[in-house]
Amino acid sequence: MLDVKPESMTVLMGPSGCGKTTLLRIIAGLDDRFTGTVSIPPDARIGLMFQEPRLLPWRTVRQNIELVAAPGFTAGDLERLADSVGIADMLPRYPQELSLGLARRVALARAFATKPDLLLLDEPFVSLDERTADRLRRLLLEVWKKRPTTAILVTHNAREAILLADQLVLLAPRPTHVVAVETIDLPQGERDAKAIDDIFADLLRRYPANFATG
Amino acid sequence: MSVIDARELPLRGTRTLSGPLVSVLSVAGFLLLWFVAAELAQSRLLPGPGAVLQYIYHEALHGDLLTELGITLWRVIASFVIAMVVGSVIGLAMGEMPALDRALDPWLIVLLNLPALVIIILAYVWFGLNEATAIGAVALNKIPNTIVTVREGARALDPGLDEMARAYRLSPLSKLRNVTLPQLQPYFAAASRSGLSLIWKIVLVVELLGRPNGVGFELHLNFQLFNVTAILGYTLAFVTVMLAIEYLLVQPLERHATRWRNKPV
Repeated sequence: MLDVKPESMTVLMGPSGCGKTTLLRIIAGLDDRFTGTVSIPPDARIGLMFQEPRLLPWRTVRQNIELVAAPGFTAGDLERLADSVGIADMLPRYPQELSLGLARRVALARAFATKPDLLLLDEPFVSLDERTADRLRRLLLEVWKKRPTTAILVTHNAREAILLADQLVLLAPRPTHVVAVETIDLPQGERDAKAIDDIFADLLRRYPANFATG
Repeated sequence: MSVIDARELPLRGTRTLSGPLVSVLSVAGFLLLWFVAAELAQSRLLPGPGAVLQYIYHEALHGDLLTELGITLWRVIASFVIAMVVGSVIGLAMGEMPALDRALDPWLIVLLNLPALVIIILAYVWFGLNEATAIGAVALNKIPNTIVTVREGARALDPGLDEMARAYRLSPLSKLRNVTLPQLQPYFAAASRSGLSLIWKIVLVVELLGRPNGVGFELHLNFQLFNVTAILGYTLAFVTVMLAIEYLLVQPLERHATRWRNKPV
């Protein structure tokens, strides 16, 4: 039983192949080959950020965002959102013209444009260089703080998990099971490099199997 | 170590003949070849380009050429639209539903291998010598080809974008318009490319066998009179119309549909 609190960031962390993505796909309603129940309020709006940006290459950045935007999402809302993720200049471009980092920003903006009740993020920052990934993580926090929403993020990166999580769910493979659910009380905004190192050291001591490689 | 030889550069420049110029040269070469052959033959059965162009000019001003071209063009367009719409719907359905694909595949193979002439004759025998039968018979000849091409496209649809559409709860119509159809665009282009040329050839046969007008009817008439000038005149005139459609309509449309591609990163 995994309980996700409203307007909190839950991070599912575990090694590759332990079923994190599958769990997220089940929550998103993309996979119905499972037993058990997912209780999400009916007609909840979902924003989903995949591992790859998955933008429509034949639509401009603006059209990609507008396509999924919530009813009542105005041009002004779009400008503000684009501005907050740093893609204001990219709106008339096609996704193919963007670098992976920029495309990820667009995917992030798209997920927020649905005004989601539930925001799902599937390893949204993999295969980016560490500096870009870190900028995007801070950006995610910034945008998310401004538009608080229930969020579930999946990652295998321990530092990413520690930076973002309110609630940290540790998973282990074969068979997939929850090792522990940790709560991190320090607000995300105050987690600097030193704080993250401290939390990491503490978790490494208590869950060596989960944090040794991360 | 690599050395750039400056003397190679001008050579490279000579290869960049612009596209339209090459096309014009190519057409001029064909006309020249035709002219020489006609001069050598000196026969009523091989008139030169001058005689044929004169015939076209005369028939366009004083004869039925433009009317007949218009009638044939209308039949081509009607058959083409029917074949593309029906073929695309069936092809997309077969590509997305394996059960339907298995059920209809034998029909498709039969239809693909049925000679155009058989379809036309049977259609005329069963449904009468009328306009609807003529257009339907032509469309039926093209439909299986469209189905096969579009089905291939439907099988190649990106599952990642499909998931995106489902996760974001796009309506079926919105998904079709924004996700599915753009992915099928190259397949539509391929089907319509081969479709136009196939259809206009079959329209001539349909006209020859059972219509009192159109380019096919005129060809038949002039064949009986052994009037090669008229036959070449009608052919040339209609080929010109089809070329104009290709360059002025099909290619600009295609460029518009694929404008998102090949943008520099």
